[in-house]
Amino acid sequence: MTAPVLEVEDLRVRLRTPRGPADVVNGLSYRVGAGETVAVVGESGSGKSVSVLALLGLLPAGIATVTGRALLQGEDLLTMAPERLRQVRGPGAGMVFQDPMTSLNPVLTIGRQIVEGIRAHGDVDKAAARRRAAELLGEVGLPDPVGALDRYPHELSGGMRQRVVIAIALSNSPALLVADEATTALDVTVQAQIIDLVEKLQAERGTGVVWITHDLGVVAGIADRVLVMYGGRCVEDGTVDDVLENPVHPYTRGLLGALPDLARPAVGGVVPDLATVPGVPPAPTDLPAGCVFWPRCPVRGDARCETEQPPLAVIGSADVRLPHRAATWCTDRTSGTESPAGGFR
Amino acid sequence: MTAEVGAPVSLRPATPRWRETLGLLAHNPTAAVSALLLLALVLVAIFDETLAPQGPNEVDVAARLESPSGAHPFGTDDLGRDILSRVVLGTGVSLRVGFLAVGIALLIGTGIGLLAGFYGRWIDDALMRLMDMLFAFPAVLLAIAVLAVRGTGWGNTALAIGIVYIPVFARVTRASVLGVREEVYVRASRSVGASDWRLLTRHVLPNAAPPIIVQTSISLAFAVLAEAALSFLGLGTQPPDPSWGLMLAEGRGFIDLAWWLAFFPGMAIFLTVLCFNLLGDGLRDVLDPKQRTLMAGGGR
Amino acid sequence: MSGDVLVSARGLEVHFPVGGRGFRRKPAGLLRAVDGVDLDIHRGETLGLVGESGCGKSTLGNALLRLVPTTGGTLTFDGTDLTGLEGRRLKELRRRAGMVFQDPFASLDPRRTVAQTVGEPLEVHGLRTGKRARADRVAELLELVGLDPGVAGRYPHEFSGGQRQRVGIARALAGEPDFLVCDEAIASLDVSVQAQVLNLLRRLQRQLGLTLLFISHDLSAVRHISDRIAVMYLGRIVEVGPARAVGTDPQMPYTQALLSAVPLPHPKLERERKRIVLTGDVPSPAAVPSGCRFRTRCPYAFEPCDDVDPALQSVGAPGQQAACHLHGVVGAPAAAPEGVTATP
Repeated sequence: MTAPVLEVEDLRVRLRTPRGPADVVNGLSYRVGAGETVAVVGESGSGKSVSVLALLGLLPAGIATVTGRALLQGEDLLTMAPERLRQVRGPGAGMVFQDPMTSLNPVLTIGRQIVEGIRAHGDVDKAAARRRAAELLGEVGLPDPVGALDRYPHELSGGMRQRVVIAIALSNSPALLVADEATTALDVTVQAQIIDLVEKLQAERGTGVVWITHDLGVVAGIADRVLVMYGGRCVEDGTVDDVLENPVHPYTRGLLGALPDLARPAVGGVVPDLATVPGVPPAPTDLPAGCVFWPRCPVRGDARCETEQPPLAVIGSADVRLPHRAATWCTDRTSGTESPAGGFR
Repeated sequence: MTAEVGAPVSLRPATPRWRETLGLLAHNPTAAVSALLLLALVLVAIFDETLAPQGPNEVDVAARLESPSGAHPFGTDDLGRDILSRVVLGTGVSLRVGFLAVGIALLIGTGIGLLAGFYGRWIDDALMRLMDMLFAFPAVLLAIAVLAVRGTGWGNTALAIGIVYIPVFARVTRASVLGVREEVYVRASRSVGASDWRLLTRHVLPNAAPPIIVQTSISLAFAVLAEAALSFLGLGTQPPDPSWGLMLAEGRGFIDLAWWLAFFPGMAIFLTVLCFNLLGDGLRDVLDPKQRTLMAGGGR
Repeated sequence: MSGDVLVSARGLEVHFPVGGRGFRRKPAGLLRAVDGVDLDIHRGETLGLVGESGCGKSTLGNALLRLVPTTGGTLTFDGTDLTGLEGRRLKELRRRAGMVFQDPFASLDPRRTVAQTVGEPLEVHGLRTGKRARADRVAELLELVGLDPGVAGRYPHEFSGGQRQRVGIARALAGEPDFLVCDEAIASLDVSVQAQVLNLLRRLQRQLGLTLLFISHDLSAVRHISDRIAVMYLGRIVEVGPARAVGTDPQMPYTQALLSAVPLPHPKLERERKRIVLTGDVPSPAAVPSGCRFRTRCPYAFEPCDDVDPALQSVGAPGQQAACHLHGVVGAPAAAPEGVTATP
């Protein structure tokens, strides 16, 4: 394997809140290779978004305490001086967020915003930067890229705006692209276009991608490796096939079971109820002792569940370079989710 | 409500909203101090007769234009009247006029803003153009006109000031209502069959209220100031009744000779206006829903 | 399923004037949010309505409940003509038909307790009069949607998204409606919570014999919950039929593309899958293409698509209908500009 583009080690984020300190990320480690896509999966409050905001130094300094290491091409992002971090964000790491309007300035033309990004990180004259901007817009599939340079964000549709944001993120050929729920607000047909686009560009440039999403369908299509987050921890990781086809952690199983599945046909014309994960995720200010998932776990039973956080342990998979790991005391791999018949509050 | 076993359902909220608001206000030192000072002023206004060392028009010819001393803490005026007593007795006039004026503006202005914002279209156009006209009319001229027609007196002063402030409340209310009427919960309420009256009174007005409350506090400051100004111009309170603005006007002629004549009523105006403004700012913070959820979320 | 139709729309139109402010208010254009919808919803069924953002599915849902004014066509509810319904009879419709909204954080009045919110329909329609009876009914409703009746006195901000959505469902059910419209009711929820709410809706539908219109952009969820599925594109129903038929053997190219774009949580399937990638954006509902409205993005577009507006025709499985010329050219030629005389 080539040297990783991003290497995160024991990342921890603590936020100061009116309700006391919130441990939002609790020891997250992963690496992203060149040309590789790592999907970070989790529900709201799992810490998936905060973990990348922390990496890129985008959390408010007075409120967040970030520890651990995050090496972007060998340089630690967490100890980097602010000026250096700003330099790195363009050519080092591009970002795409859920709402394209939060990344675009509504009063500046598309062209100006891309040109600004290009010129901030390289000695390029205006005309050349403008040509490059038009090229980029063409690459991300915007019809009439030259004309689009002089348009304002509100004149474009949501899908087109997200393409512009991707063009800006890619304008300096970053080694790493971070996409935080980048296609969540888009329609499925547009989502398919965006995913195709990212995959194509990634193949051409060898960009490492961190794709944050709650949508396991998108994960199946785009990811090489998957990291499932719950309560600020990684509870399961491995190759996309291992995690989605043979999930081990009860939470991962619960998530998959909760998904209405077009590919899973109804048995005898009767569509069964969906399996559900009972209860709600824990508040980061009030994480349970022991296993984070214990209070909602349908298969808890081990004596250690209540007292000891299970370590991420390698399971099964023979390939040592692509280990399948899960953090659970549960050894029973056959049952996983609560029977849907039982109601809960 | 009967608390019987079997159905422990209470229709009452766990903690009333207003108590939560008061609690939050208490955590804002400036606003809390302002509120306490204003409360003290109201008490002074209520018990003015008891608190004032002398009557407002007790003339002591022997003690004219005396500087502040133990006997007369704020000094005396050119007729030998005790300034402290007159400031204390003027409190009631100022506050009464302020509250009544804002009350009139609040009632009419909010009503107009509510209708204009909620119904929109031609109702909005008609009402708001009317407000624009009222707003464009010079305030002092308007007040003079009202007082000329109805005569002087504190009630008419309040009416004049109130009319001037109607457009302010109409605008603030309308702007707030325009945001609230698009809220999904208003649509949800309509979807279960709620009437317009119900939507307006149960959903739109309560949710549109915070900026109106803030405006009320700030307008009180302006109304007190306006009363003083009108009295200063000789259009408000008539001599020999005590009023801060009138005292300011009367003290003007002696400013180089006896500064205390104008200074103490001026300070009273200054403090009252400042307190209403600071309270308004504090309320603005406290009533901001974002701040509220951040601070109140833990109380479960 | 019985053929008993509860809600029926014929040529239903909801057009909004766009642009043109000022005293005269002359509209600059017409936004055809719903543009000639024919739809029957049978008593006791769950009809799924899918489509992409801006296709008018939400407007249609609101129009069926008379929450937005219709500008053309007919609409009946249980045999009663809804167009022009006023006063007491409109209020009765509001009792008999409820709505569950998308965003559970926006659909509950933050200043009112759960009991006040859930009890509002009771108050409005004068049901279960008396404090005690009303409190009992609120408790019953909360229990029905899987909430602890003890939470009645709490404010919305104390609840999670899933719990709030349950409160919203309880409110919609308070008047004992026959018909429930769920407008993207699970779109704002986390995956595991979506499953809880989907299960709840299915249980309620069976338990109370509700007729459900489930509006969503999520085909997997729609396929899961629905008996029949209707697909909407640019203000028109372009395919409708039994859920299984539409979900596995769609007859309209748009439905096919939509289905092929749904990501499935199976890596092996995903790698092998051939996506039909549509080009371009959905045209604006203010500038609907002539003829077939899908032709600008359709991979199979041919001659008649340019000038004949396709009508729904029976194809595929029994009960399945699609509006597409590939199954034979059926429809009205786009000669005269239609829909000029919009009745208020």
